[in-house]
Amino acid sequence: MQIKRFGFLAFLLAFSFSWAANASNQHGDEHGHHEEQGEKSIKEQIAEVKEHHLKDSHSFHLWGDHASGTSVEFPLPVILWDEGELHFFMSSAFHHSENQTVESKGSYFRLYHSKIYKTDAEGTIHYDEEHHATNAKPIDFSITKTVFSTILVGLLLLWLFGSVAKKYRKDLVPRGIAKFMEPLVILVRDDIAKPNIGEKDYKRFMPYLLTVFFFIWMANMIGQTPLGINITGNIAVTLGLALITFFITQFSGRKDYWAHIFWMPGVPYVMRLVLMPIEILGMFVKPFSLMIRLYANILAGHVVIMSIIGLIFIFGAWGAKGAFFGLTFFLSIIELLVAFLQAYIFTMLSALYFGSAVEVHDEHH
Amino acid sequence: MEIPAIVGAGLIVIGAGLGIGRIGGSAMEAIARQPEASGKIQTAMIIAAALIEGIGFAALFAV
Repeated sequence: MQIKRFGFLAFLLAFSFSWAANASNQHGDEHGHHEEQGEKSIKEQIAEVKEHHLKDSHSFHLWGDHASGTSVEFPLPVILWDEGELHFFMSSAFHHSENQTVESKGSYFRLYHSKIYKTDAEGTIHYDEEHHATNAKPIDFSITKTVFSTILVGLLLLWLFGSVAKKYRKDLVPRGIAKFMEPLVILVRDDIAKPNIGEKDYKRFMPYLLTVFFFIWMANMIGQTPLGINITGNIAVTLGLALITFFITQFSGRKDYWAHIFWMPGVPYVMRLVLMPIEILGMFVKPFSLMIRLYANILAGHVVIMSIIGLIFIFGAWGAKGAFFGLTFFLSIIELLVAFLQAYIFTMLSALYFGSAVEVHDEHH
Repeated sequence: MEIPAIVGAGLIVIGAGLGIGRIGGSAMEAIARQPEASGKIQTAMIIAAALIEGIGFAALFAV
């Protein structure tokens, strides 16, 4: 037991070490860059690293710097749909530069502020008065960093639960990784699905609840590694998840659910007219708050940890560096808790909405 | 970003903090009174706290 506990602590420590190591790597390289150009202050560099971490990008940048040639990254496929034509090339064609134009089937494309625009052969970007680019934008289906890591999480889950399922086929007593997953599956069933949806209907929703729980948890956890992945801190991802919950709720809604929205039973007629728009609004506010909650929590966690790592480099004294390293470690542990809690809350609230959709009221109001 | 907006967001965050604090405190009292119901109380507490948290985030995003 002691050994296990120690192992867990060592695991956490390794996590926070690798965070700091990653950041110091970036800092070291950017320092060299700094001397060459003599333009950017350390604070601007930290802000830049932070922004690049939080944003999605067309290539998977691990560490290092392009200017000094030490960057370690791998290209991702760029898939564009433009005027009925499909363009496909690797993001390495951009040569990590926003000035490089790429020619594909007679059209030219260029990265500008991490977005792909269609340009002429020289890569001219036209601006409007507010200095926004007015070039045509192709429809971008690229496998970006977020898409790539989402697929990665999906494959990881498939492999994990595939092996768990295989273990149960042999023997109903859980062994190995199944021993770890079983309490979590039971947590979703007994603490989330059953009390919120009810004994009769909960089984139908279990596949979705389990999937969304483990997907969010795994995506949050992979965001805690120093790979610089930020899946659930991307509002498009959480929008997708919230939309699925929204549609399942609406399509499994029974008579009583719709009656409570459009013609609330048991209240005076005037009140029914007042309640109807509020309830209709509530239908959309619920998934909206699901989206914002997950996105903001994860994004805020990433920003805080990146900022505190940045403070390590701003303060010169070794005592301060040590203190901020400790703080990073502490916050990383908190983030591991948040990663679980947000997955739990998302699943719990989804179950609550499903429960309200399938609820049958037999009492007369 | 203007100063009144920031002050407003700050006020909302204070309110949200007070609200979540109250929920946590009441849940602890309830658990102390009825330890056997701690599971149900915890669930209700997390749901209520999550709903308030949503308002706090909405305020921060409005800024």
